[in-house]
Order: sequence, then C-alpha cells, then structure tokens
Amino acid sequence: MKIIVSVKQVPARDSALRVNDDGSWLDQSDLTYEMNEPDAYALEEALQLKEKLGGEVVVLCAGPQRVQQTIREALAKGADRAIHVEMDEGAYGDALAVGRILANALQPESPDLVLTGLQSDDMGYGQTGVILAELLGYAHATIVMEVEPAGDSVRVKRELEDGWYQNVVLPLPAVLTIQSGIKKLRYATLMGIKKAKAKEIRVISAARVEAGTSIERVYLPQKSKQSQIFSGEPKQAAQQLVEKLRFEARVL
Amino acid sequence: MSVLVVLEQRGGKWNRQSFEALAVGQRMAEAASTNLQAVAMGGSVDALAREAAAYGADKVIALEHPLLNEYTPDGYTAALEQLIRDINPTTVVFPHTYQVRDFGPKLATRLGQPFVSDVVDIRVESGHPVFVRQLFQGKMNADVEGAGAPALLSVQAGAFRAAQAGSSASPIERFEAKIDPGQVRSRPEAPFREGQRSIDLGAAEMIVSVGRGIGEKENLGLVEQLAEALGAELAASRPICDSGWLPMERQVGSSGQTVSPKVYVAVGISGAIQHLVGMKGSKTVVAINKDESAPIFESADYGIVGDLFEVLPALIEEIKKVKA
Ligand SMILES: Cc1cc2nc3c(=O)[nH]c(=O)nc-3n(C[C@H](O)[C@H](O)[C@H](O)COP(=O)(O)OP(=O)(O)OC[C@H]3O[C@@H](n4cnc5c(N)ncnc54)[C@H](O)[C@@H]3O)c2cc1C
Ligand SMILES: Nc1ncnc2c1ncn2[C@@H]1O[C@H](COP(=O)(O)O)[C@@H](O)[C@H]1O
Repeated sequence: MKIIVSVKQVPARDSALRVNDDGSWLDQSDLTYEMNEPDAYALEEALQLKEKLGGEVVVLCAGPQRVQQTIREALAKGADRAIHVEMDEGAYGDALAVGRILANALQPESPDLVLTGLQSDDMGYGQTGVILAELLGYAHATIVMEVEPAGDSVRVKRELEDGWYQNVVLPLPAVLTIQSGIKKLRYATLMGIKKAKAKEIRVISAARVEAGTSIERVYLPQKSKQSQIFSGEPKQAAQQLVEKLRFEARVL
Repeated sequence: MSVLVVLEQRGGKWNRQSFEALAVGQRMAEAASTNLQAVAMGGSVDALAREAAAYGADKVIALEHPLLNEYTPDGYTAALEQLIRDINPTTVVFPHTYQVRDFGPKLATRLGQPFVSDVVDIRVESGHPVFVRQLFQGKMNADVEGAGAPALLSVQAGAFRAAQAGSSASPIERFEAKIDPGQVRSRPEAPFREGQRSIDLGAAEMIVSVGRGIGEKENLGLVEQLAEALGAELAASRPICDSGWLPMERQVGSSGQTVSPKVYVAVGISGAIQHLVGMKGSKTVVAINKDESAPIFESADYGIVGDLFEVLPALIEEIKKVKA
C-alpha cells in the first residue's frame, strides 16, 4: 500500500506569539517549530499500516527551508522518502491555494491512501485534506479515529459530536484526516536518525496559484468577558481567589 | 441576489448551531439589502422546513432526496452545488459543525471558491465583508478579506446569538436535485456511542478540570486534592484522556461531555474552542494558567496567572482553611 502523509511544520505550542511591526503577520524572529500535532498521529497511523501491509510511506510537506527539520524527523521515525514543496515564509492566502499546491505535488504519485492531520495548529482551517480529495477526485472521511484497509476499500471510524462515532466504508484511493490521540506515538531511534540521513527528500518548487482570500491583519483577541486576574504571589493570589469565590460568586 | 443559509439537522432535529448561522445570514442580508433563504436538506424534511419557516427567512427551501437521507459528503456536495448554481447567492453561511467540516471545503472547492471556516465575527468595511477567524487555537485573530462571490463561510459555535422563532411563517419552496447513486462513494453505517458513561459530569455542581499543563500523569494527585478540597468532580481536556491519564468519559468538549456546573476550575488548560464549547455554560469559570495570554482567560470570571505547581498547594490550603 502506498501512503502519502502530509505533514506541516507549525510554531511550537508554547511559542510566545508576537505580531510583527505592520500587523500583517507574526514576528517570526524568535519562533521555534514542531510537527503539527495531528500530523504526527497521521504519520504514526501510516507507519503502522505499512508495518502490517507492506508498501511505502511518503511524506509531503510544503513550506520554507526550515521545514526540512520536520521532514527529517518523519524520515527518522520510519517514512521512506519525502517531497518538500518549497514555499516562502508567511501566511499563504487560504487553504484552497495550499491545497492546490499540495495536490499538484501529490497527483503524479498515485497513492492508495492520503493521510493528513484534521487541522493545523497555526491556521486552523481544518480543510486541506477535504480539498485534496476534491481536487484529486478521491473519496474522503474526516476526523478519523481508526483505519482498517480491506482490499480496494477502507473502513474508518469517524468521530461525531458529543461522544458519537460512525463507521464508514470508502473506496480507495481515499483521503483521511486523522484526529489526534488515535495511537501512541513512537520516538525516533538513534538508528532511525542515522538512516534518515540517507533517505531521499525531493525538493520541488511550488506551483503558482492565486489565493482567493487574504489575511489583512493579525492581532490579539479582545477580552469579551470581564475577568478578574490575580497574578501576584501564589499564596496571595489564592487568598484573593478564595475570597471572591466566597463573597462574590458565593460558591464556597 | 440573496444570502443562503445551510441549516443542519440530524435525525429530524435541528442542530441549534443552525440558528446561529441563520442569524449571521440575516445580518449579511440586511447589510447588503438582499433577501435571505434557508435550506433544509435530508431524506424528508417537511416538518423541519415548517419549523425553520418561523425563523424569519424570506424563503425556506426544502431540498429532499432519498440519497440525502443519510449524510454523505458526495450526496450533500452534489445537491448543494446544484442549488447554489441555481439561485446564485452572494453569500452562503454554514454552522461550523463536524458535518460542515466534512463537506464544506469540498463544496467550496467544487465551486472554485475558498471556504472561510470557523468565523467568529464579521465587520462590513466600505461595503465589503471582513471575516474574523482565530489562529493558533484562539491565541490570535485574523481579518480575512476577498472571499469573492459566492462568499462561503462557516460560523463558530457560540460566536453569534441564535435567531429566534417568530410568529410569521416564511414560504416553503421545493428544490429538485439530481443525485445519481453512483456519485455517492462512501457507505456510512449507523452512528453509535461507546459503552455506558458511569459518571454524568453534566449534573456536577463543581468541576475541577485538568489540561496538559499538568505535565505528567504522576502529577494528577495535585488536582485530585484540589477537587477533593472543593468537593468537585474531576474532568479533563482531550489530550489528558487521549494519553489515558483519565478515562474518556471525563473529557469535556465538543467530542466529550457538555457541562454547566456552578464552578468550573480549569487548571493548565489553554482554552481551545473545542474545549470551551463543552464548558461555556458554567456559571463561574476559574482559570489557572502560567501564560497570561492563554485564551481560557477570556472566558474566565477569575484567573490566577502562575505556575499551577505553586498555585494549587496554596489554593488547597486556603480552601481547607475557609471550609474548616
Ligand atoms: C475536531 C476536534 C475535536 C476536539 N475535541 C476536544 C474536546 O472535546 N475536548 C478538548 O479539551 N479538546 C478537544 N480538541 C482539542 C483542542 O483543540 C485542544 O487541542 C485541547 O483542548 C488542548 O488541551 P489543553 O488545553 O489541555 O492543552 P494545551 O493546549 O497544550 O494547553 C496547556 C496549557 O497549560 C498551560 N501550562 C503549562 N504548564 C503550566 C504550569 N506549570 N502551570 C500552569 N499552566 C501551565 C499552558 O500555558 C497552556 O495554556 C478537539 C480538537 C479538534 C480539532
Ligand atoms: N504546508 C503544508 N504542508 C503539508 N501539509 C499541510 C500543509 N498545510 C496543511 N497541511 C495538511 O493539512 C492538514 C489540515 O490543515 P488545515 O487545513 O490548515 O487545518 C494538516 O494537518 C496537514 O496534514
């Protein structure tokens, strides 16, 4: 089975986010980066499918030079090779524009299965996998918790709202957007890291596509609720809070 | 020219988020002085369409087809593509539900349009709509422009007040969609729930909820002590349950339980929207987080900015004091 996993590099979860001087995007000077969390689970699922069924796992990642670090990490965990679509720094318009770029790189590979994360931690579109499916003419399922291939189809368990689930059978090739937490993630071994150095990363330049929408401005959200925040010494803050809970909220 | 709102139902019941989307549609239709249409879709939607007709749209469209009885992305996309090409709206508004996440981007791509997902606010500037989306799980906002026509957007749960039913009824019109069984590729099975829930967090008066800020499973004892001191139930954000540190039934959020206690204490939880939707009905929200810009503070009545490993022992001591 040939599986493509799309993996995005995003600012690390605990990054301090600052808006740049003209308010057009983030100040990127002191950001550190990591693999988008659901993508790590998509990769894990792909690696486990390969271990069960044989085949190949190809990593697809679009972004500037820095994303090669994330690609190496995926290769060290066991992916066979990678495609790096080179793009500039910054926000890239919308999910459709990125989807077209990724679809162009994906098309010639003719995979059986494409796994993406269900959502990126930075842009939070929750769209790219579905867009890829439409552009490539593949069936798809979103928010996937379990994947069971059977011949030329795949049965997946989807998460619905409020603790409901649903199994769905799809013909291959298909795109699945993977939810976080579905399997325990592996660590890269020293051997894996060594081997990764010899694995192929094919670099291609992004196709030119026009984005429809543009991000005009980014800014910190305004507080909508009047909150009382205590930020002094822990002991003092705890006293203040307990006092409020007793005499203002009257819950103690 | 019109604004179209795509309502969502499951099993013959309207999803409440539909009426939030409808309210947004109303606002956009008023701003552009066009009329408002709402579509009810499914296998048979007579009763639903009649119910929706009370919510102030100029017209309710009943889009029925046997192949829409069960939701599939192929069926929904095919049907809505035909409707949208037929009525040619300027704007289409969806609720940002899991179902819309599943087919909205597909439909938009089919129409060659971007999909502006999970919108939390809309402004109109010199005649053009500016859509506000959240980035970085709610830590940053972005103004998005240039959505084109039709502009396709989904609105975040709870971001807009829902439209209310009135006394007049809008006319209901049928729309015939052609869907070929061969177009529908996925075969959905019956939805199910896993096991019985042994605790009903929905009935809890006080909840202490723990997030990834707790660092390790071994540290859970500290929040357990806080819960005990308060006489509260213990709950958690998703990653804590994913890791198996607490059972799934203690997860609060869009894919877990919905709670509305008198007091909800969020410890080391960042406040992503999928968590907030599960607890925003709480009467008093307390947040303890070391990051003063964590989105959870926006929903909190009281907050302590600090390291939970220093704050919790002090808080437990104070609570014990006043309870003694
Ligand atoms: C479709 C979908 C469904 C989802 N459903 C749910 C759901 O039902 N429930 C849910 O919770 N999530 C859900 N999520 C995940 C959600 O988006 C967030 O990823 C998740 O809620 C984050 O959990 P967290 O706040 O515990 O972790 P993080 O986002 O990692 O936040 C940890 C917080 O702890 C703080 N912290 C760290 N160390 C300390 C310390 N020493 N002292 C004090 N504070 C500290 C940090 O500042 C940070 O704010 C869903 C996501 C998707 C896409
Ligand atoms: N630049 C990118 N490179 C590789 N994969 C991406 C990229 N952007 C998005 N994706 C994939 O699409 C998923 C959903 O992203 P999004 O639609 O931005 O929420 C992510 O989890 C990734 O798997």
